[in-house]
Amino acid sequence: MDTLELSLDHPLRSFRLSVELELGRETLALVGPSGAGKSSVLRAIAGLLRPQRGRVALGPDTWFDGDGAVDLAPERRSVGLVFQEYALFPHLDVRRNVAFGGRERVDELLERFRISHLARARPGDLSGGERQRVALARALARDPAVLLLDEPLSALDAHTRGVVRGELGELLAELRLPTLIVTHDFEDAAALADRVGVIVEGRILQLGAAAELLAAPADEFVASFTGANLLHGTARPGADGLTEVVLDTGGSAFSTDQAKGRVGLAVYPWEVSLARTESVDSAVNHLSGEVSSLVVLGNRVRVRVGPLSAEVTAASAERLALSEGGSVVASFKATASRLVPLS
Amino acid sequence: MRSPFAALLAVATALALSFLILPILAIFVDIPPGQLLDGMNDPAAVDALLVTLKTTLIANALILLVGTPAAYLIATNAFRGKAVLVTAVELPLVLPPAVAGIGLLAAFGRFGLLGGGLDFLSLSIPFTQVAVVFAVIFVASPFYLRAAISAFESVDATLTGAARTLGAGPARTFLRVALPLASGGLGAGWALSFARGIGEFGATIMFAGSLQGVTQTLSLAVYEQFDVNFDVALAIGAELVVVSAFLLLAVKLVPSWTRSSSPSITLSAPFASR
Repeated sequence: MDTLELSLDHPLRSFRLSVELELGRETLALVGPSGAGKSSVLRAIAGLLRPQRGRVALGPDTWFDGDGAVDLAPERRSVGLVFQEYALFPHLDVRRNVAFGGRERVDELLERFRISHLARARPGDLSGGERQRVALARALARDPAVLLLDEPLSALDAHTRGVVRGELGELLAELRLPTLIVTHDFEDAAALADRVGVIVEGRILQLGAAAELLAAPADEFVASFTGANLLHGTARPGADGLTEVVLDTGGSAFSTDQAKGRVGLAVYPWEVSLARTESVDSAVNHLSGEVSSLVVLGNRVRVRVGPLSAEVTAASAERLALSEGGSVVASFKATASRLVPLS
Repeated sequence: MRSPFAALLAVATALALSFLILPILAIFVDIPPGQLLDGMNDPAAVDALLVTLKTTLIANALILLVGTPAAYLIATNAFRGKAVLVTAVELPLVLPPAVAGIGLLAAFGRFGLLGGGLDFLSLSIPFTQVAVVFAVIFVASPFYLRAAISAFESVDATLTGAARTLGAGPARTFLRVALPLASGGLGAGWALSFARGIGEFGATIMFAGSLQGVTQTLSLAVYEQFDVNFDVALAIGAELVVVSAFLLLAVKLVPSWTRSSSPSITLSAPFASR
C-alpha cells in the first residue's frame, strides 16, 4: 500500500497553512477549531486548492510538486472526498449520485451502505444519516486510494451521530485506506483515528495517538482542546520534589511535573474526584466550593466547582446527594496534573 | 358602505387590470374570428411568419450555443474587470433600439468598421436575413447572457468540486452538474431573450429593412399592414400575443433545482442590481 506524503505551504486569510504529514494504511484525524485550515488541507490533497508551495504524492505518483510544476487535475487524483455537508447532487437520485463516481460497483455499494431501498430517492428527501451513507458510497464508487472526510459527523444530530460514528469506525477498519479526517471534535477524532493531530492557525501543534495527547499535551491549547481543565499560575519548586503552582485565582496546586515560571495546570475532568468534606486521602490538591452547574450525560454527571469540571458516575453523584449550590470538595492527585507551557 | 380607502384600492385595481387587458382582448374581438383567420392566411402574414420562424430559430440557436459557454466562463472565473465586462454585456439591454440599429450599420454596414473586409469577401450584410439575425442577437442575447451568468454563479462550487473529485473532467462537470443545476435560470433567461427577439423592431427596420419575404418579420409586418390592411395587422398581432403568452407560461412553469434561482426571481434577474 502506498503512503500519502503531504507538505503544504499556503497563505490563508490571516495565517500561513504550513503542514507536513505522512499517511500509511491508517486513519489520521486533524482536529482543531473552525478556521484553522483543516478543510484547506483536504482541498489541497484533492486538487481543489492549489497551494503556493508544497508536495502531494501517493507512493511513486506525484500529484503536486513545487510551485505547480506538477499539478494533477482533481479527476486524475485517486481520492474519495466526503464533503462537510456531503455535497450530494440535488438533481440526481441516490443511484445516479453513487454511479457518478463509478458504475461498476453501484449495486454492491448501495447494499453495503443499506441504501438500496433509497435508490430512486432524491437527496432532498433523505435524513442526515442517509445522506452521509450516500456520500460515503459515492466517494468509494471511484475505488479511491485515499479517503478524505471533512467533518463527517458535524451535520448529524446527537442521536444519529453516535450510531454513525460507530459504523464509520467499522468501515474505516475494514477499508484500511490512508484516511484523513478533519473535525473540530476531539472525541470524534479519538474514536475514529489511529493518530490525532491538533491543528491551530495552520500549524500542527502535536501529533500522536489520542492517548498520548491526553497523557502529555504539548501546550495549553492542546490540553484544553482535548478536554482538560486549565488553571493558570506560576510554578516554583515545592516540598518533596513536587512543583507548587501558585494559581492566579488564589491558592496553590501541586504537580509531579517539573516546571518553572508561568504555566498552565491541566487536569482532566475524570481525574477530579468529589467528596462532601475534605477527607484524608492520597490526593494533595483540594478545592472546596459550591456546585455551579450539574449536567447529567447518561450514566455520567459533569459537575462544575469553581474553575474545575469534574466527571463522576451518576451513582456517585446520587450517593453524595450533589445539587446545584451545594458545597463540595474537588480533589485531584499531583500525579494527575500536567504542567503545560502557555501558548 | 366600506371604508373610502378600501374603495380606492378596488377602483385602482380595476382600472389597472382593465387597462392592461383591454387592448389584448381587443385584438381578438375587434373583428369576427373568421376574418381573423383569413388575415393570418394573407400572403404578407404567411411570409412574415416564415421569416420570423427562420431568423428566430437561427438567432436563438446561436444565442444558446455561444452564450451558454461564455456565461459559464464568466461566472466561474474571478478576474479583474469582471464587473465592467458584465456591465458591457448589459448595455444593449438599456440601449434605445434605434441606437442599436445605427451601431450595427456602423459596424457591419457597407461603409462601416468591417464593411471593407466584408465587401472584399463579397459579403453584404445589411438588408438581408443575416442582418435580421444579427439585430435579434444584438438586442436579445444580453437577456440570456445576464441570466445565464447569474444562474451559473448560483451553482454551489462545492458541487462542481465534488464532481471533479469523483473523476469528472471540466466538460463532464459542466454537462452533468453545472448545466442541469442552472437549467431553471437558463430557461427563464432564454424565454425573456426569445420574447425580446420576437418583438424586435427598431434595430431590424434600420439595419435589415422591411422587405416582405426577406427581412419582414411579424413585428415589422404588423406595422406595415396597419396602413394596408388592418385585419391582417390584427391577425399577426393575435399570433404574437399567443406566442408571448405561451412563453410567459413556460417561464412560470420551468422547473428549477436551485433554491436561489426560482423562476419568478430569475425573471427579474437581468435588471437586478447586485
